[in-house]
Amino acid sequence: MTDLNAHKVHEVAHHFANAGHEFDSAKLGMWVFLVTEVLFFGALFVAYAFLRWAYPEMFVEAHHLLDWRMGALNTLILITSSFTMVMAVRSAQVNQRGKTAAYLSATMVCAFGFMVVKFFEYAAKIHHGYLPAKFFTAHAVSEHLHLFFGIYFMMTGLHGIHVVVGIGLILWLLRRNAKGHFYSEFYTPLEMVGLYWHFVDLVWIFLFPLFYLVG
Amino acid sequence: MSLPAVRTDYINATKGWKSWLTTLDHKRIGIMYLLFIAISFGLGGFFALALRMELLNPGKLLFTAKQYNQLFTLHGAVMVFLFIVPSIPASLGNFLLPLQIGAKDVAFPRMNLMSFYLYLFGAVFCVYSMVAGAADTGWTFYTPYSITTSTSVISMTLGAFILGFSSIFTGLNFIVTIHKMRAPGMTWFRMPLMVWALYATAIIQVLATPVLGITLLLLIIERVAGIGIFDPALGGDPVLFQHFFWFYSHPAVYIMILPAMGVMSELVTTFCKKNIFGYKMIAYSSLAIAIISFLVWGHHLFVSGQSDYAAMIFSLLTYLVAIPSAVKIFNWIATMYQGEIDLKAPFLYFLAFLFLFSIGGFTGIMLGSLSLDVYLHDTYFVVAHFHYVMMGGTVMAFLGGLHYWWPKMFGRMYSEGAAFVAWLFIMVGFNMVFFTQFLLGTKGMPRRYYSYLDQFQPLHAFSTSGTWVLTVGFLIMAFYLVESLLNGKQAPDNPWGGLTLEWTTQSPPITENFLDTPIVDCGPYEYDKVKV
Repeated sequence: MTDLNAHKVHEVAHHFANAGHEFDSAKLGMWVFLVTEVLFFGALFVAYAFLRWAYPEMFVEAHHLLDWRMGALNTLILITSSFTMVMAVRSAQVNQRGKTAAYLSATMVCAFGFMVVKFFEYAAKIHHGYLPAKFFTAHAVSEHLHLFFGIYFMMTGLHGIHVVVGIGLILWLLRRNAKGHFYSEFYTPLEMVGLYWHFVDLVWIFLFPLFYLVG
Repeated sequence: MSLPAVRTDYINATKGWKSWLTTLDHKRIGIMYLLFIAISFGLGGFFALALRMELLNPGKLLFTAKQYNQLFTLHGAVMVFLFIVPSIPASLGNFLLPLQIGAKDVAFPRMNLMSFYLYLFGAVFCVYSMVAGAADTGWTFYTPYSITTSTSVISMTLGAFILGFSSIFTGLNFIVTIHKMRAPGMTWFRMPLMVWALYATAIIQVLATPVLGITLLLLIIERVAGIGIFDPALGGDPVLFQHFFWFYSHPAVYIMILPAMGVMSELVTTFCKKNIFGYKMIAYSSLAIAIISFLVWGHHLFVSGQSDYAAMIFSLLTYLVAIPSAVKIFNWIATMYQGEIDLKAPFLYFLAFLFLFSIGGFTGIMLGSLSLDVYLHDTYFVVAHFHYVMMGGTVMAFLGGLHYWWPKMFGRMYSEGAAFVAWLFIMVGFNMVFFTQFLLGTKGMPRRYYSYLDQFQPLHAFSTSGTWVLTVGFLIMAFYLVESLLNGKQAPDNPWGGLTLEWTTQSPPITENFLDTPIVDCGPYEYDKVKV
C-alpha cells in the first residue's frame, strides 16, 4: 500500500491565481517548446529529403547496410516506454506513488535498452568505417555513400541526445517522486516530461522507416 | 524643496549585486538585458566606425583586407545576434509585458532568468571568436567559404546557436504569458498594441529560430566532421545552406521590426492624446507580417541559381509584406490627424521612424522586384536599404521607447533639451551615412569590398563623415541618460499622460507591479472617454 498522506503539499507560484492556472500555463509552454523541437528536427528532415531526391539509388543501396531488425526492436522498445510513461502519470493522478516509481523505472529501463541497441549499431558502423565524409573509410559501393551516413548520424545522434536528456529527466522525476512531491493535485512535471518523452518516441517513429525501410 | 519619502520599488526592494544576479523579477531581468544590449550596441557601433574609417579612401588606410572582412563580420554578427534581435523584446518587452497586461510577472520567471544567462553565455563565445582570429565570412556564414576559412567560425556560430535558445525562451515565455497571465477584463482586443506586436514577434522567434539553430549546428559539424550536406565537393549543396539560413533570417528581420512597430503604436497615442486609428487592423497586421515573413526567404537567393519560377513567386510574395506594413503606417498617420501633438523626445523618434522606415520600406519593394534586384544585388543599395529599416526603423523606435519608458524604469526624468540635440545629430548623421549609400549602390559600388574605384571616393568620404555626426549624437545621449540616473528630476507616475496599465502604477513600480490586480473594463487608448 502506498501512503496517501505522505505527500508534500504543492505551493502555487506567487504570480499564478491557482494550481489549475499554473498547470495550464506549464502545459501550453511545453507544447510551444515541442513546436520548436519539431522545427529543430524539421530542417534535418528537409536535408534528408533533399539528399534522397538528389541520390535516390544511393539511398536504396545504403539502407541495406543498416539492420532493420535492430531498428524494429528499438521502435518496439520506445513504444513500450511511451505506454509505461502514460501509466506513470496516471498512477500519480490516483495517488499511487509506488506504482509511479515502478512505471518510471520501467520507462528508464526501456530508454537504456534503446541506447544499448544504438550502441551496438553505432559500433558496427564505426568498425566498418561507415562514417561521415571526413572519416569515411569503408569500401564505397556508391560514390556518395558518406552523405547517407552523414545525415544518418546527424539525425539519429540528435535523437539519441534527446533520449539521454529524457533519462536525466526521468531520474529527476524518480527523485521527486520518492520525496512525495507528486499526488492527485500536483503532477505537472510528470505530465510535461511525459509530453517530451512521447515527442522523442514520435521522432523515432519517423526515423525508423526513413532510414531502415527505404525502397 | 523636500523630496517625498523614499518608496519601496523593484530597484531598492533588495540590496546587493547578488540579489540582481539571482532575481526572478521580469523588471530587473529587463534592466540587465538593457545594460548588455547597450554595451553590444556600443561594440557593434565601434566596429562600424572602424570599417567606415577604412573606407575613407581606396586602398589601405588602417586595416588589411582580411581585417576589414573580419570587421564587417563582427559588426554584422554583434549587431544582429547580440543587439537587435533581443533589443526591444528582451529589454523593454521584458520590463513592460507583464505591466501592460496587469500581471505580476511573466509565466516562467526562472526560464526568463535562464534566457538572460544564455544570452551572456552565447556572448562569451562571440567575444572569444573576436579575440581568437575573428570570423571573416560575413554574418551570413555562407558555405562553402565558411567551411574552408581558417578563422574562428565555430565559436561565432556556436555563440549564435546559444543566443538562439535565449531568444526562443523569451518568445516561448511571452506566448504563454500573453495567453495565460492577462488581468481580469483584459480581453485580446483590449491589449495594448505593443503586446500584440510582442505576441507576433514571439511566434516568429519560436518557429524560425530552431531552424537557425540546426543550420548552425550542421555548419559546425560540417567543419568538424565534414558531413558534406552543404559541401559541393562532397556531393552536397551550398544553396541548401542559403535556404536554411534565410528561412530563419528573413523572419528574423521581422523579429527585429515588429516590436518596434509595437512601440510606435504606444508612442503615437500618448503623444497625440488620441485613440489609435484602426486598432484591430494594426493588431491583425502584426500577425499578417508574422505569417507572410515565412513565405519570402527566397528573395535573398535571386542570384543564387534557384529556379526562375521559385524566384518569381518569391518576388510576388515579397510585395505582400508591404500591405500590412503600409496598414500600420497609414493608421499611425491617421491617428496623428487632429491630435494634440506633443513633440517630446519619444515622439521625435516616432517621426524619425515614420520617415526613415518609409524610405527603407519603399527601397525594400524595389529590391523585392526580381529584375531590379539582379542589378542591385550585393551593392551598397542593399546595405542602405536594410540600415534604413533596421537602424532607421528598429533603433529609432527602440530609442523612442527607451525615452518613453525611462521615467517608468528608473523613476527619473532626462533632459528634454539635450534629448532634442542628440536626436538632431542622430537624424542628420544617419542620413549622411546611409542615404549616400543608396547613391553608391545605384552607381554600382558592391558591398563588402575593401577597396573601390576612385570615382566613388567623394561619396564614401561623405558617408564616413556621417558616422562621426552619428557618434556625437549617441555620446550626447549616453551622457544625458547617465546624468539623469544620477541627478535627474524624480519622475511622476504618469509623466506623459499614457493610458495603458503601466502608467497606473508607481514609477519605478513595486516588485509585484500593482498593489491590487487591475481590473480592465475598456480599451487601452480611449482618450475620448477619459479626460487627462
